[in-house]
Order: sequence, then C-alpha cells, then structure tokens
Amino acid sequence: MLTDYSILLISAILVNNFVLVQFLGLCPFMGVSNKLESAMGMAMATTFVLTLASACSNLVYHFLLVPLGLAYLKTITFILVIAVVVQFTEMVVKKSSPLLYRVLGVYLPLITVNCAVLGLALLNISKDHSFLQSLVYGVGGGAGFSLVLVLFAAMRERLAVADVPTPFKGPALGMITAGLMSLAFMGFAGLV
Amino acid sequence: MDFLAQYPLFSALLALVGLAAVFGALLGYAAEQFKTEGNPIADEINNILPQTQCGQCGYPGCRPYAEAIANGEAINKCPPGGEAGIQALAALLDVEPIPLDAEHGEVKEAPTVAFIREEECIGCTKCIQACPVDAILGAAKQMHTVISSLCTGCDLCVEPCPVDCIDMISQEESLQTWHWPLPDPFSRRVDIIATDNIRSDAHQDRAA
Repeated sequence: MLTDYSILLISAILVNNFVLVQFLGLCPFMGVSNKLESAMGMAMATTFVLTLASACSNLVYHFLLVPLGLAYLKTITFILVIAVVVQFTEMVVKKSSPLLYRVLGVYLPLITVNCAVLGLALLNISKDHSFLQSLVYGVGGGAGFSLVLVLFAAMRERLAVADVPTPFKGPALGMITAGLMSLAFMGFAGLV
Repeated sequence: MDFLAQYPLFSALLALVGLAAVFGALLGYAAEQFKTEGNPIADEINNILPQTQCGQCGYPGCRPYAEAIANGEAINKCPPGGEAGIQALAALLDVEPIPLDAEHGEVKEAPTVAFIREEECIGCTKCIQACPVDAILGAAKQMHTVISSLCTGCDLCVEPCPVDCIDMISQEESLQTWHWPLPDPFSRRVDIIATDNIRSDAHQDRAA
C-alpha cells in the first residue's frame, strides 16, 4: 500500500516529470526561471495549485459528474475548478506576500492555463486514481515541477553572467539547457 | 427527475451552473477574508527612500513617490538616495538597477546643509514655506535661521529666496558626521564562471 504511493510519488517527481519528460507547463518553466527567488515562489504557488486542483477535480468528477452521467463534461469542469483554485491562490499570495505577488505578476493568473494542471487532472481520470492517489500524484507533480524549475533557475542565474557566444545569449541558451536537462531526466526511465 | 432523465442537456446545464455558483460563493467569501488594506509594497519602498521630502523626483514627497514606484514608476529619480538607494530598491522589487536619472539632479559628493547669511535676510518667510522638513526657524520681518541638524540639504529653499542669502555649504567631516563608506555593490559579487575577460574589464562592462 505504502510502496504503491511512494512509487506513484517517485514516478511523478522523476520518471514522468511533468516538465522535462511529459513537456507540460513549459511556459512558466521558461518564463519565471530568470531569478531563483521568483522561481521558488512560482514553484510553491504551482505546487499548491496542482495539489488542490488535483484533489478538487477528483472529488467533482467522482461525486458530481459520474453520478449525473456527465463524464463527458470533465474538461470544461476541470477548467472551472482550476480557475477557481488559482483565483483563491492569488488572493492568499496577495495577502501573505505582496512582494511575491508583484514578482510573479502575470504568471500567477497564468497558472490557470498551465497545461500541467489540466493535464494532471485529466491523467488522474484516465489512470483511474482514487482520491488519495490523486492527492499524492498532485503533490508529486508539484514537487517535480518545483525541482526542475528551481534547478533551471539556479543554472540560468549563473549563465546570465557567463561569457557565451552572442547567438546563444538569452533564451537560446535557456532552450539548450532545458533540452540537456530533459535528456538527463530521461535517464530516470525504468527506475520504477 | 424524469424531466432531467429525458433531457440530459438540462442536467448538464444545471450541474455546471450549480458548480459555478458554489465556486463563486466560495471565492466571494475568500475575497472578503483575505482583503488587503492599503498598499504594503509602497510601505516597504517608503522605508528605503531617504525621507528628505525634497520633491526632486517630481512628486510632493517620499510617500507619493513610493506609491508611484509601486505602480510602475522608474526607480532612478531619487538623487538623495543615490546609487545605494537604487540598489536597495532594485533588490526589493527584483528589477535591474539603472543609473540615476540626471534630469532630477545629481548625487552630491558630500552632504550639504543650507546656511542663511543672517545679516542679509529680510524676513520674507518664503524659504520657510519651501522647506519640506520645517528646518527653518523665523517669522515675518524677523531674521531666519536653519536648524542644521534637521536640514536634509535638498536645495528647495535656495530658489525662492528674493535676496539670495542662502548658501548650501558642504558639511565638514567631523567625528560626529563621519560614516563608514558604503560597500561597493560590484566588489561583493564573486565571479564563478570562468571567462576570458580580465577581471577589471568585466567590472567595467557591468558598470556601463
């Protein structure tokens, strides 16, 4: 039982990492990785949203959509759930850390259209996860997203002062770095 | 129930509208719970600004300028704050530090205070009205003088004086006014990436 959950967690964090293996949520991955501090804030906000949205969408699906025979409405319902969770997160962040709210700027509401969040909710359904499994999967997805975002931001912060050839400066080098990181994460395939 | 079973479209509509209404109510409650008063960022910016209230930035004081910065105004319009102030603001707001805007005045080499040549003063009170920190003492047709410990050296009293009897004198460095020099913001950085550039060149590039 416990092994199942830990395998699910490891799988979500490393083996099936949302960003580097499944290529979901690349927009904040490239957009908010210029500074380590804002990347950490974004990672926390996204993890919070992923966990909450994963659990909420699972509840809504199993206790509202399935009994009413409306499973075909899951995509639009999940979008609604995610939008509400993000709005709630935005209020909490604005209250608790106005500076983080300012730094994250437009990327905070953009979590709504972060495909990792919707992808996670839909994957939960297609993999037939229970409520607890969805929760663990959400936490794992968020932890995996945080891990690669923080690693990537730390690297980009150092690369910003590095002496690189002009054609590779800025986003180009970011893309190459992300590709190399993705290759490295592919190495986890077969771990579980 | 029969009606709903007959027309599944209505049950779908009802479910979605109901869900949206419940979520809307939740959000409304949360908005009430997590309401923020005032502008907390402006407070933190205001703490960094030097509080000279000199108005060289074009705003009627430090607090209005802090609010303007919170709303996206440039951070380089405060000469009394100098380079150190811009660095602190840039660190707080997570933006790149930019050089001081020369349009709003230059950083003084040494702090200055206003000095009124009292025998020439005609007691017009114009400098008293101009002083943002109430550091000038005097009354109509009475000689004025500057309380030098309160003067922030903002130059605002020089312009209104009809007889030009106010001098800005630089403060002599004494045991009371000497401070440790502020650390150079660039020397604290450590080069961790190997580069072909010579160190001093790299520093000039960054400073430029």
